Amino acid sequence: MSQLEYIIQQVINAVSLGSLYALVAVGLSIVFGVLKLTNFAHGDVMMVGAFTTVLLIAAGMPFIPAMICGIAASAIAGFLIERIAYRPIRNAPDVTRLLTSLAVTYILENLGILLFTSSPRNFPLPDILNSSWQLSGGAITFTNINVLTVALTFVSLIGLGWFITRTTIGLGMRAAAEDMQAAQLVGLDVNKVIIVAFVVASAYAGLAGVLWAAQAGVVQPQMGFTPLLKAFVAAIIGGFGSISGALLGGYMLGALEIFIVAFLPDTVVPYRDAIVFALLIAFLLFRPGGLLQPNREIKL
Amino acid sequence: MATADPLLRVDNLEVSFGAVRALKGISLDVREGEVIALVGANGAGKSTTLRSISGLARAKSGTITFAGTVINKRTAPQIVRLGLAHSPEGRRLFGGLSVAENLRLGACTRSDPDGVARDTERMFTLFPILRERWRQLAGTLSGGEQQQLALARALMAAPRLLLLDEPSLGVAPLLVRHIFDALAELKRQGMTMLLVEQNIALALELADRAYVLRTGKVALSGIASELRSDDRVAQAYLGAAE
Repeated sequence: MSQLEYIIQQVINAVSLGSLYALVAVGLSIVFGVLKLTNFAHGDVMMVGAFTTVLLIAAGMPFIPAMICGIAASAIAGFLIERIAYRPIRNAPDVTRLLTSLAVTYILENLGILLFTSSPRNFPLPDILNSSWQLSGGAITFTNINVLTVALTFVSLIGLGWFITRTTIGLGMRAAAEDMQAAQLVGLDVNKVIIVAFVVASAYAGLAGVLWAAQAGVVQPQMGFTPLLKAFVAAIIGGFGSISGALLGGYMLGALEIFIVAFLPDTVVPYRDAIVFALLIAFLLFRPGGLLQPNREIKL
Repeated sequence: MATADPLLRVDNLEVSFGAVRALKGISLDVREGEVIALVGANGAGKSTTLRSISGLARAKSGTITFAGTVINKRTAPQIVRLGLAHSPEGRRLFGGLSVAENLRLGACTRSDPDGVARDTERMFTLFPILRERWRQLAGTLSGGEQQQLALARALMAAPRLLLLDEPSLGVAPLLVRHIFDALAELKRQGMTMLLVEQNIALALELADRAYVLRTGKVALSGIASELRSDDRVAQAYLGAAE
């Protein structure tokens, strides 16, 4: 295996992992943008989408329709979370909002454990998605689920780009993220903007949840925790609340993790997560506004 | 008798922020087609008055009536839909959005695309620089350009009454003249305006009538041209600075 092929393989891995991080981080950033709230329940909304998909496949539905239903289930979950949990405390102090967000996380996770137990279940991925491509005589390998992940990420993010630049409600989402009061002054219905933001962000969580579980091969009620933490780091790196920042941060983090494993000595590899979270602390200390907005102050 | 009613009537408005009484019973009215200036020293309550009218600050007591509707309990978006637009202090543009996007959001309450397109053209006539800066992010514009965009964004709502807070603030002197020329043109076209302005000479030159605020009360009011030579106006400023 040549050096070049090895590098190409690592780039493929980085893009695939980065896509997942970017999908989760974008949703987290959309909600943070309009509410200035770190939605810890975002990871559990992923779980809702993944479980719905798995149950529907088990009931005989093909993968793609099951995934679409899973995304819809996540979107509905997001809608309900906003309505029931976050709206009543929208103007409450930050600590109240943060604790509510954590409470929603625990409620959803425990609900998941009650319904499905905490033991992992197989993700019944169709064979066609598991089959792999071998290039250069096997030196470069990737599976169809990698291809699908990257393709769906690109398509959905192009869709999001269209939504936030071409529709009034999408523009309203960006405007409200910048200045909620000014958004009200131009006559934007802030409730509507926040609901749409939640539904869109949760649909992205659903898509990310299905793809994450499909790649991991298993679903379990606490599956949202790791992607949430990673996406949080990604969003901070890019600039929390910024959609393009979340994208950038997601792919950078994916690349960083893959390259730590691929290019650093084996003794360093076990510290992969430690390096990632050290990076988070470094950003919060020295560049809290992220790469794109160096001077912005953020409050979590 | 509806025609004799003022477009906006503020009656004995009181606003408090915690223990601080910002407005202590302000009354004023604005008739259709009039330009009214609200002048006074810093902290006199000018911006608070505008913010209460547009629904950003809540009145403790008193009533605000706009076009026959009591609006004190309405939300800011509802008030915009009634035809009252507010270009706030500090402009409050969406800096990460383009000029085009800011203007589009200014018209977000409207459902007449033809009218919006016509008004966009009108803004280009009034503020030609906006056409040049069309795709640029609002945050990258100069102070004067931003102020023109803020005015245009408020006008895109096709308001019956325009509230203007400090249109000269942070604007280069040469451009201040330009902005007030545009306001004079709007006045000529019949736009009703309630204007808060630190530059008292400019304000009284443009306005038909004026109210002088001093520590949350109306100290003096009258015809703008008469107030221009009234010593008490200057005293109201000096008095508040004591």
